[in-house]
Amino acid sequence: MTDELNAIRLMDITKSFGDVLANHNISLDVRYGEILALLGENGSGKTTLMNILSGIYYPDSGHIIVGGEEVSIHSPKDAHDLGIGMIHQHFKLVDVLTATENIVLGLKGDARLNRKDLNETIGKLSAKYGFEIDPAKKIYNMSVSEKQTVEIIKLLYRGAEILILDEPTAVLTPQESEKLFKVLRNMRNDGKAIVIITHKLNEVLAVSDRVSILRKGCSVGTVITGDTNRQELTELMVGRAVSLEIERPDPPAIKDAFLKVIDLTCVDSDGHTVLDNISFTLNRGEILGVAGIAGSGQRELCEAITGLYPIKGGAILCRGETPSGSFHENIVGKTPTEIIKKGVAMAFVPEDRLGMGLVASMDMVDNMMLKSYKNGKGPFTDRSTPKKMAEHMIKALDIVTPGVFTPISLLSGGNVQKVLLGREIASSPSVLLVAYPVRGLDINSSYTIYDLLNEQKKKNVAILYIGEDLDVLLELCDRIMVLCGGKVSGIVDAKKTSKDKLGLMMVHADSEKDGETA
Amino acid sequence: MNLIRSRSAVEKKEPFVRMVKRSGITWRKAYLIRALALICALLTGALIILLLGHNPVSVYADMIKGSFGSRISRIETIKIAIPLLGSSLCVALAFKMKFWNIGAEGQILAGAIAASYIALFHHQSMPGPLLLIFMFLVAVLAGGLWGLIPAVFKARFNINETLFTLMFNYIALGFINYLQNGPWKEIPGGFPKIAMFAFDARLPKVFGVHIGWIIVLALVFLVYGYMKYTKHGYEISVVGESSNTALYAGMNVRKIIIRTMFISGAIAGLVGFMQVSGSDYTLTNYTANGVGFTAITVAWLSKLNPLIMVAVSAFLAILQKGSNRIQTDFKIPASAASLLTGTILFFMLGCEFFITYKLIFRKGQKNGRNR
Repeated sequence: MTDELNAIRLMDITKSFGDVLANHNISLDVRYGEILALLGENGSGKTTLMNILSGIYYPDSGHIIVGGEEVSIHSPKDAHDLGIGMIHQHFKLVDVLTATENIVLGLKGDARLNRKDLNETIGKLSAKYGFEIDPAKKIYNMSVSEKQTVEIIKLLYRGAEILILDEPTAVLTPQESEKLFKVLRNMRNDGKAIVIITHKLNEVLAVSDRVSILRKGCSVGTVITGDTNRQELTELMVGRAVSLEIERPDPPAIKDAFLKVIDLTCVDSDGHTVLDNISFTLNRGEILGVAGIAGSGQRELCEAITGLYPIKGGAILCRGETPSGSFHENIVGKTPTEIIKKGVAMAFVPEDRLGMGLVASMDMVDNMMLKSYKNGKGPFTDRSTPKKMAEHMIKALDIVTPGVFTPISLLSGGNVQKVLLGREIASSPSVLLVAYPVRGLDINSSYTIYDLLNEQKKKNVAILYIGEDLDVLLELCDRIMVLCGGKVSGIVDAKKTSKDKLGLMMVHADSEKDGETA
Repeated sequence: MNLIRSRSAVEKKEPFVRMVKRSGITWRKAYLIRALALICALLTGALIILLLGHNPVSVYADMIKGSFGSRISRIETIKIAIPLLGSSLCVALAFKMKFWNIGAEGQILAGAIAASYIALFHHQSMPGPLLLIFMFLVAVLAGGLWGLIPAVFKARFNINETLFTLMFNYIALGFINYLQNGPWKEIPGGFPKIAMFAFDARLPKVFGVHIGWIIVLALVFLVYGYMKYTKHGYEISVVGESSNTALYAGMNVRKIIIRTMFISGAIAGLVGFMQVSGSDYTLTNYTANGVGFTAITVAWLSKLNPLIMVAVSAFLAILQKGSNRIQTDFKIPASAASLLTGTILFFMLGCEFFITYKLIFRKGQKNGRNR
């Protein structure tokens, strides 16, 4: 292969953060007219490598060759001058401006914007690659997928020849992802070089021409997509054979409703309705999955049930037990402490692990006692019980840490999640809410988490699982509730539905009501 | 493929210097950096002294002699350190909760005003020890209330505590001005000053220094234990790290903010009491004299650790006493003396950067390497 066809050649790139070697002697070729997938688990160094290419980080050593010449990229502007454009997971757009205005923002030009001409140019550009976008639409009126489109057009308009997309489908529905892939193929056929960073195997197989795999900061190799399969890619990514099956034990035959949510409505501080008449039942010994585009009310739902979010209307009936029998008690309007006092053992693994579930700067012992520090009489804290608990947990869950007194923030994502889930499970809950429990975790840790959840399921715990990966939801959960804009668009049997159906329900709240089986 | 673009902006050069966060540092190395910073500070200070036309060695020697040399100077230095240490404890408690209490000054004055009221107008109604205890109690209460008000507004309406506590300083100061010129003036129509306290209302001395030094040292251990070993202390750290986590854990964040600020203000009130009753024997505009602000420096330099605060406030007291001394001995203007202390503080604070980060300079070699 000559250098002519290579858009970018990276040679022996090394970058470390403190003791952590994020990239170790990585070499990589990106070619014009192809889609290269950069595959690797979280923390394998994909994003670091691409940030080096787009001028955000500077490598400790190594060479970057663009178009046959060695270059040194100090800033995003340098990258831009070389025709390299990156689309980050978090979009960088001005909400009150239109698509066109965002696209030309910061470019040189006349003092007066000729919006009509610009809209036309951008419209032509969109048509060329098959984008569906209204150039005059304001960003705040746009869906996530439209915003992403604007970001891509922005780079194309500015003449980017090499596009890097960081986990572009993380925020998209299956249908939107398919649309994006179509556009990417059009751009490839037009001769652009495209790099897509991902850890989802299905996407890699669906869209890429070649796959480069990173593992723990090193490159493990590059394969032609057509010559490989899921299993091989997983082995390359993880380093050994892994079973990709998720276990799904059968729920008890007799349904025992533990939590009944009836017409739950919540309004945020700006007056927007974030939860709109949500109703569902959560049974013992089952995992109820919750699917939906990010920000459809998942966080508010969890926080409302745990007493952390103000509730405007509706009821949450929770099963309580007394010697004389069981009853359902409304827990709306109660604080977390009051709910615990009612005898409802509720455990919650929030989405924001280090900002809500744990205290990042504290050690394991102090984090263990977060919910139980008030136990015991007197003004002093008891640290010997949580210390024993932490030591036990390290052994039981294989947590990798220098010791119980190491700040949690120094642990890897998977270990942080084990600490959090471990603490919540240790309180022997009867209902367990978990929000995005495997986000940012490597494959091994993810499967450990699934196993832990299944273990709780077998203990007859009622589990609410907020997820984002539809494949996982379909395999792990018994039923799946789909949220769309704060409304329930349906509750379906996970065994009888498909990814496409879920995708449709994620964008239309009213179309799938009849699919309800619960 | 077409890549017809100007490459002039893209030079083949590594940046001249880069910052990299250290992953960890041995305490030995950290202290080495601090020692180096102190040497740099002293050298820069020497330069300033030289420019003023004095011999740096003798000026430095005089500073040390002025703060340690005699029994009297030692007592004076300790008297400077007491309120500084006390207010640092007050500030640290609030800062641990990430409540930016920059109103220690005002809380000190509130305590001082309350104690003075008892000392000036009720000293005949009770015996000596009881009078002091009573002064102590009202000072603590007044300081606490002065800290409580911004906390209530913060907890209830999320009103910025920084501005609130800052403004409260000036209200307290203005009130003293009013008392001096009006109702509490010693001689009607005379010089605007408040009368000296009766002997009953003055703190007793132990080893030549008022008993405040014992109180404040006891307080160091109390605050240290409170922050480290009690449930309240645990709550303060959690709220400081993230109020979301605190809510998640079932803590009453409002109550914790209000309670902690009352304690923080109460400590400042106690400092105010010790100042008027142990050091000045009266209430003036200068009762607090900026210690509430210097305390912020002390608290950060000590990383909010009360035990380290003892050393840091002693160090600052020595600097202050020493610079007072050279003003009289060498006729160095007060501004130059504070320039000198400022320089030393600058280096001591600045070196913390090098403890967290290291700098990587461009290597000497040519970068446009042959392939």
